[in-house]
Amino acid sequence: MDLTTFPLLSLILWLPVLGALALFLFADARSIRVTALVVTLLDFAASLLLLPRWTPDGSMHYQEVLAWAAGLDFRYHLGVDGISLWLVLLTTLLGPIVVLFSWRNVTENVRSFFFLLLIQQAGMLGVFLSLDLILFFIFWEFTLIPMYFLIGQWGSGRRVYAATKFFLYTMAGSALMLVVILLLYFQTGSFNWLTLKEAGLDRTLQFWGFLTFALAFAIKVPMFPFHTWLPDAHVEAPTAGSVILAGVLLKMGVYGFLRFCLPLFPQATAIFLPWIAGLAIVGILYGSLTALVQKDVKSLVAYSSIAHLGFVMLGVASMNEQGLSGAVLQSVNHGLSTGALFLMVGMIYDRRHTRLLAEFGGLWRQMPVYSALFMVVVMASVGLPGLNGFVGEFTILLGAFRVNPLWAALGTLGVILAAWYLLAAVRGLLHGPLDNPANQHLADLDRREVLVLAPLVLLFFLIGLFPALFFDKITPAVELLLRDVGPVIGR
Amino acid sequence: MSLPTLDFSLILPELVVLITALLVLIADLLWPRAASRGREQAPAVLALAGLILAGLLTLLAGEWSGATLQGMLVADALARYLNLVVLLAAALGLLLSWSYLPHFSTQRSEYYALYLLAVAGMLFLGKSIELITLFVSLEILSIALYVLTGFHRGQLAGGEAALKYFLLGAFSSGFLLYGAALFYAATGATRLADIAAQNAGGFYMLAGLALFLVGLGFKLAVAPFHMWAPDAYQGAPTPVTAFMSVGTKAAALVALFRVVQAAGSVPVGVWATALAFLSLLTMTLGNLAALRQSSLKRMLAYSSIAHAGYLLVGVVAGTAAGFDAVLFYLFAYAFMNIGAFAIASLLERPGFYAVQDAGIHAADGLFGRRPWLAVAMAMFMLSLAGIPPLAGFFGKLYLFAAAVESGWAWLAVAGVLNSVISAYYYLRVVVGMFMAEPSASAHLRLPLPASATLAVALTALGTLLFGLLATPWFQGISR
Repeated sequence: MDLTTFPLLSLILWLPVLGALALFLFADARSIRVTALVVTLLDFAASLLLLPRWTPDGSMHYQEVLAWAAGLDFRYHLGVDGISLWLVLLTTLLGPIVVLFSWRNVTENVRSFFFLLLIQQAGMLGVFLSLDLILFFIFWEFTLIPMYFLIGQWGSGRRVYAATKFFLYTMAGSALMLVVILLLYFQTGSFNWLTLKEAGLDRTLQFWGFLTFALAFAIKVPMFPFHTWLPDAHVEAPTAGSVILAGVLLKMGVYGFLRFCLPLFPQATAIFLPWIAGLAIVGILYGSLTALVQKDVKSLVAYSSIAHLGFVMLGVASMNEQGLSGAVLQSVNHGLSTGALFLMVGMIYDRRHTRLLAEFGGLWRQMPVYSALFMVVVMASVGLPGLNGFVGEFTILLGAFRVNPLWAALGTLGVILAAWYLLAAVRGLLHGPLDNPANQHLADLDRREVLVLAPLVLLFFLIGLFPALFFDKITPAVELLLRDVGPVIGR
Repeated sequence: MSLPTLDFSLILPELVVLITALLVLIADLLWPRAASRGREQAPAVLALAGLILAGLLTLLAGEWSGATLQGMLVADALARYLNLVVLLAAALGLLLSWSYLPHFSTQRSEYYALYLLAVAGMLFLGKSIELITLFVSLEILSIALYVLTGFHRGQLAGGEAALKYFLLGAFSSGFLLYGAALFYAATGATRLADIAAQNAGGFYMLAGLALFLVGLGFKLAVAPFHMWAPDAYQGAPTPVTAFMSVGTKAAALVALFRVVQAAGSVPVGVWATALAFLSLLTMTLGNLAALRQSSLKRMLAYSSIAHAGYLLVGVVAGTAAGFDAVLFYLFAYAFMNIGAFAIASLLERPGFYAVQDAGIHAADGLFGRRPWLAVAMAMFMLSLAGIPPLAGFFGKLYLFAAAVESGWAWLAVAGVLNSVISAYYYLRVVVGMFMAEPSASAHLRLPLPASATLAVALTALGTLLFGLLATPWFQGISR
């Protein structure tokens, strides 16, 4: 098979959809789970095929263009570069992991659940792969639907409130983006990202374009003060939903900034960058301090996401090679480590049906495997050298320092706070006496649960020890972006 | 004096519908009511066959062109697509009536005959290019709909709705007729082409156009002329509501388009600005009012008002692209809105004396009882809210694109923000179906008649696929 003409991206994109439809061939829950697992594994394998023939030149690879609409010239146009590559792989990797995690703890409406997981995956992949603005917008909005149902139907407690807030908040944020996309089209005659970034838009349009796009993306990230939907959605969502939310959905916001805001609206970017940096730093500190006082460990992880994404956005705001590369890698890192944290919180929740730190303590003795893995995941999240988080945070801080040492100093404060609140979680869960009788008979992780976590832990080490494997492909794309945008901003 | 040309081939679909209406009445004489059960639905079968035949004739006619009946009617691309959308809506509404009507009425043929007359009125309205013909067509469809609105005689709300609709409708007809008179006064012509050719300016044209906007705005349920709509939509038998919410809008929009084109001498800025504000007012008011409704049907009625506002955006744009978008949206709207009313009708408990209206919570727990029905309804709701990749999104995309292209970006902004507001009340239904505890009546059996199921299946398929598949070939229809 000739891989240069084979529509590999379409395969990656549509395989989950076909799999979702295939679920209707089966009646029993087991076959449905197996189908979902097989499909997500195949999708991951397909996305791995992107790597061997990758030429690290920063351009768009594996492009596919199909004419679609008439009247308005939007097209089915896919492509992947060093910025989106790892996000695509992150998405397809988390697919089988959440399917495997949900193997036993989803018992109601099994088919609907896995159907939604699969189409959610397709939607997110579409966001990362689209090079046509309308196609992008379609996938962007579409991702709301499955997540809305995942939270609303399988969530806990205030799930309806959380689901509705998530849907309306993010929809409101991106509504205006559509009008700007249309304005761009009628000014340049194209919805094509490759054409638009060369178009040299006028200043006013750039200004409004940046504002509306950034609003949509900032809500998704979420940047302070647009974060209020996140704690609700993350905490009430079922574990699989939280993993996908934190792991991939939030990255769509970061990706949006990198893919659209910076290259399409460079002049406006120059104006707004300090604001982004400021909000990012506020997000780091606010997220960390709020995480410190959480009694519910899932809320703690949710607020830690705000802080971590603040880091990523600080990297974006640095607008230099280190900052941007670090932002891309740290997006992936956060997907892996926070995904793992949510999984581990879910595992404990499945056993005890509570997530309050006060209920736990001393698990180290009762669940040694769990505890050891939890320590590794926390260390990855905190940024211990040798693990993935360190590489990402260090690169971002380096980038920030080169622009403004104060940014880096405040960011470092966030690293310290992260160690504080995450170790507080470790203390609450693992250390101390095992004095709650309800915890004295907890079973340690079974093979399936270890299998769920194993690939993530392996990747912590892989990224931590061999970051060049990943930066190799990210950096050329970042350089290309900076070559276009850097001069406008003066970096 | 030579004999006028009468090219009946150009109005064949309309004639088929009219003749079917007469046949349906005669059928009742041939098969008296006491006849065997099998023949009970004979009028419905006949009516459906007529609608399908008319639709096929429209499809097979190829590219229509030319005027007939002394320049009173025109068969053009616009009329062709209007035919298709009205016949589609009519056929879907008829499928709903099939199982709905027997709940409260033994009179089949009257109902279907009136229904077909309303259809014929809409089809003729879409082809009218002369003021008197336009008025007569509008009256044919209106009078049939007044009667149909009050067709459930046992129900007080239906009577009230019909009376309100009739009185306000008659009033608005007056406006429209006055507008026609002023056009005539200004130009001495009743044919739209002649009026346009005169290029007369001045107060009479302006006032005439304003009165036309009021008259047609009433039929479209455009705020502030929408007062009748919530009551009429709620009081009318649900299949009638489903049909008229789409069909009347479609026909009146085509008429509006033709009239504003003819009144070319009135500066575009004047009427377009007026329409833009009406559009803004209509969508905002419709959506805000829909937020507060406790009846599913009434909520859908207000949603329907909001959608009239979106549709006007395409007319405001004033371009061919704008009206393409209107027609595209009408198709999408026919699927999603009739689908939503179809499910509302299945949740109702119609009785001989009164319909127990479907409250906003009637659908609660529907996913547990009838999962596919709930999935279909969720699709209709999300599509009405304009979420991709459903038909409603593509409809809005084209409408707002046309507005942006013509420099009405602020109206597009108003449109997308309104879509966000509307998402709240549409989601409320979805929350009920999928996430809430079942309603008190959930233990009751939910019958699913075959005809209504077919209607739901067709509308659901249309809502899912129309936007994705029709996008490539749907262009240049009104050029």
